[in-house]
Amino acid sequence: MRNVIVIFTKEMKSYFASPIAYLLLTIFAVIFGFFFYSATRFFVLQGMQMQMMGRGMPMDVNEYVIRPLLTNASVIGLFLIPMITMRLYAEEQRSGTIELLMTSPVRDLEIVLGKWLAALVLYAAILGISGINMGLLFAFGRPDWKPILVGYLGLMLQGGCLLAIGIFISTMTRNQIVAGGATFAVCLMLWVLDWVSAYDQSAWAKVISYLSVVTHFEPFAKGVIDSKDVIFYLSMIFFGLFLTSRSVESLRWRS
Amino acid sequence: MIKVEGLTKRYARTLAVDDISFEVEKGQIVGFLGPNGAGKTTTMRVLTCFLPPTAGSAQIAGFDVLEQPLEVKKRIGYLPETPPLYPDMEVGEYLSFVGRLKGLSSADVPKRVNEVCDRCAISDVRMKLIGKLSKGYRQRVGLAQAILHNPDVLVLDEPTSGLDPKQIIETRELIRSLAGDHTIILSTHILSEVEHSCERVIIINQGKLVAQDTVTNLTNRLRGSEQVALEILCVNGALNHAEVRQRLEQVVGVSHVVLKDTKDNRCSFEVESLQGRSIRAELARAVVGAGWDLNELRPVGLSLEDIFLQLTAAEKGEPVEKKEEVKA
Repeated sequence: MRNVIVIFTKEMKSYFASPIAYLLLTIFAVIFGFFFYSATRFFVLQGMQMQMMGRGMPMDVNEYVIRPLLTNASVIGLFLIPMITMRLYAEEQRSGTIELLMTSPVRDLEIVLGKWLAALVLYAAILGISGINMGLLFAFGRPDWKPILVGYLGLMLQGGCLLAIGIFISTMTRNQIVAGGATFAVCLMLWVLDWVSAYDQSAWAKVISYLSVVTHFEPFAKGVIDSKDVIFYLSMIFFGLFLTSRSVESLRWRS
Repeated sequence: MIKVEGLTKRYARTLAVDDISFEVEKGQIVGFLGPNGAGKTTTMRVLTCFLPPTAGSAQIAGFDVLEQPLEVKKRIGYLPETPPLYPDMEVGEYLSFVGRLKGLSSADVPKRVNEVCDRCAISDVRMKLIGKLSKGYRQRVGLAQAILHNPDVLVLDEPTSGLDPKQIIETRELIRSLAGDHTIILSTHILSEVEHSCERVIIINQGKLVAQDTVTNLTNRLRGSEQVALEILCVNGALNHAEVRQRLEQVVGVSHVVLKDTKDNRCSFEVESLQGRSIRAELARAVVGAGWDLNELRPVGLSLEDIFLQLTAAEKGEPVEKKEEVKA
């Protein structure tokens, strides 16, 4: 555990010593800010129209603003995650510092966990920016906070799963661009896999669309914690980290 | 302290290390000598648990590199060929990180970092970013990193490569000062490096162990005879090189003379002595006595290439001394 913290601290420092963390935080703040602005403007406009038409139907902030925003946040995450993970192992391999890590009295798995946790905390910090926007909703309205919390839990689980896959891909190359590009491709595929369910109802299609990360996120966005989704994400995280540690071990045999 | 038996390492198609066995006693400095691509780095990587051996075993302080890698890693400090540095960290920050990574307690880390900074003369750059350091400083930070947790065994892969002459001397002194407490293996392809800092030499070539001996034994064996380059000038009249050659061969202690070059009234020779004889004074006297001018007289050292040629020739069954026997 101590070694995990040592690696975690080092990775955190290195994210914030380089422009990466600031760049990602900025990207997210700008894009999410735009989504937030559009969603609230549209919500306000709709509300006014409803009133003019004399239908005083109660409008739900959670339903019309927060839920689409959380889904959007997870899409932005999809673009940011490759940038978080691509350097984790590729850079160590290129600069030769992997020799320091692998000749230190630390288990491979401890290094993997430390790096993954650092990536996860950076991802959480990025999502944390959206807390400002959510805070504004609380200042001017009365949204229900429980579904929001569940939504963020879903975002973290989904992020953790994609981050684990990203780290795994980063162990397989010395080139950061290759790692980033491949991670993005894999994340995108996992994203759109559920499209098959639109035209195909066979058992295969069900299996494939079940693998899609987005089908498991939708319940969280609605504020529903379904154990099957939690288990899906946790097992994907476990699987990704397991593959990573095996891949790190194989570095010794391959190089 | 270090025990290597039948170590073999095969990459996909190439055999990098072929059945190497050696032992190193506690407190010794051993030089690992060989041309580039001989298998030095591979052997060191096996010793440091970075690579697993294909066959054979390696033990550090009684722990096998495959069976108990964590125990081995605790006892080893390793400086790879390119120092494993993070360019976006400060020197002090980097060393604290390595200290914790190597398992030092939080209380010990600052103390040890101070000590190694003093020892490696990098205290003045502690607050600087590693990426901004010169090559010499980086090498020293790499060395500091290796000795940080006070390991029993130090494995240094070409510790002086890329340093300027002054830094080379300082690094050698540092390494020598570390002997005694630490067992040190250092690799190099520079012969003088080994002569200056090592007690024993292990020579490998193309993955095979060619020789292992103490430095004095090895140099005696290989440099028992003295080689002298000689240039002779005759101011009045042409020089008959056959005559000069005859004259040189008559000097006591000369084993054979090779004519290198003739130009107008000057000619150069390479003269080799018998085992253990010094002939420079005698040669000078003979040349001047014959009325010629001595333009140049300089001892020729055996280069690493010569040693390798000799050793690999010896491997094929030709004795090292053959050259002397035939020509004498």
